[in-house]
Amino acid sequence: MCLAVPAKITRLEESGHGTASYLGSEVAANFCLVPQAKPGDWVIIHAGFAISVMDETEARETLRLFKDMAAAERR
Amino acid sequence: MKELRNPAALRRLLEDIGEKTRVLGRKPRLMEVCGTHTMALFKNGLTPLLAEAGVEMVSGPGCPVCITPNGIHEAAIAAVTETEDLTLATFGDMTRVPTRKGSLQTAVPARGSRLRVVYSPEEALDEARRGTGREVVFFGAGFETTIPAIAYTAKRAAAEGLRNFSILPALWLVPPALRAVLASGEAAVDGFIYPGHVSAVIGAGPYEFVAREHGIPGAIAGFEPGDILLAVRSVLEQAVEGRPRVALEYARAIGRDGNPVARALMAEVFEPFDAVWRGLGRIPASGLRFRKAFAALDAGTRFGLGPADEGRDLPGCRCGDVLRGVIRPEGCRLFGTKCRPDAPLGPCMVSYEGACLIHFKYGPPGGPVS
Repeated sequence: MCLAVPAKITRLEESGHGTASYLGSEVAANFCLVPQAKPGDWVIIHAGFAISVMDETEARETLRLFKDMAAAERR
Repeated sequence: MKELRNPAALRRLLEDIGEKTRVLGRKPRLMEVCGTHTMALFKNGLTPLLAEAGVEMVSGPGCPVCITPNGIHEAAIAAVTETEDLTLATFGDMTRVPTRKGSLQTAVPARGSRLRVVYSPEEALDEARRGTGREVVFFGAGFETTIPAIAYTAKRAAAEGLRNFSILPALWLVPPALRAVLASGEAAVDGFIYPGHVSAVIGAGPYEFVAREHGIPGAIAGFEPGDILLAVRSVLEQAVEGRPRVALEYARAIGRDGNPVARALMAEVFEPFDAVWRGLGRIPASGLRFRKAFAALDAGTRFGLGPADEGRDLPGCRCGDVLRGVIRPEGCRLFGTKCRPDAPLGPCMVSYEGACLIHFKYGPPGGPVS
């Protein structure tokens, strides 16, 4: 039940409600738990609520790590 | 994030893991606390690969559907079968848990009453707002990942003065359960893979006692195959170095401090109490109930559902032992024969995160996986 998905905020109303894009679909979500979030940010959504704002620098770092490991393995 | 599924990178991680178990000189046993991790391990075929690398994975108590004792499931059934014109809204998995009174899906609702599956607690609140003279009860089960959403919904209902909305809480806290697992000593684990999305709310701090007081390493993990293997490698690295800590291997999604806004909301609406978990028994300060200011929202009080007792498991069901990590699902005599996903006898065969369902669905036929 702690299944949650990463999605990109596409619309954010003053009430804290809005929509996010997940695998090409627009889903309604509540962003009141992440008041620092803004449109364009990636968030983790669980049970209709964004619970965390993702860190782009860390995401790039993880990608780089995996690309390096794959390259090293192929060598 | 397809890179986190890249076979070459995963092979590399598995080689590192194998190397570290050789250095350790024994086969470490790691507990994945979260049911979503159990699912990810099995669905991606990681369990046998980790076994080959010398690592045994054991499932922990991280399935809220499973650890909610039958007494609370029966209280929900009582609400929808004994009160007319009531909507009982809950998450899908909760509707199929078998009890002595049947399940929410097999129970016949009272006149005008109905069961409704929702994705978000706000859907239940919206139905109450429409004010059609119906009572709406949200049967809310969850860990720290889900509790802030339920707290938000409760606070909105109170602020709007909605008199026809209430919540039957089944809210559970992960760190006290880990304390109980460690205190019992039964599971004998060498390391923990901590739940990524519970940690999105609580952060890394609440697990630090595991390293400090028990000397057991751990890592917070995401849910891609690469995330889990990174966390396993980190745990073994800590074991080899003899420096246990709480590593964060999911930094792209969560911070070490978690989500303080969500935690403040939880603390405003709910207070801890000594709750009874299926399989684990009563654990100090491990459940949440409404604070006095929000007591009017408690469906248990409103409908006289009473303080739900533990309730009894169906005869022969060993979900409790599975949740404590004492047996694997295959160790239960009912597994795969009398208890199957199409005719479950316990919640661990119902939930998407239940160890029995996952082993049945993805494990090899007729035997334990490792």
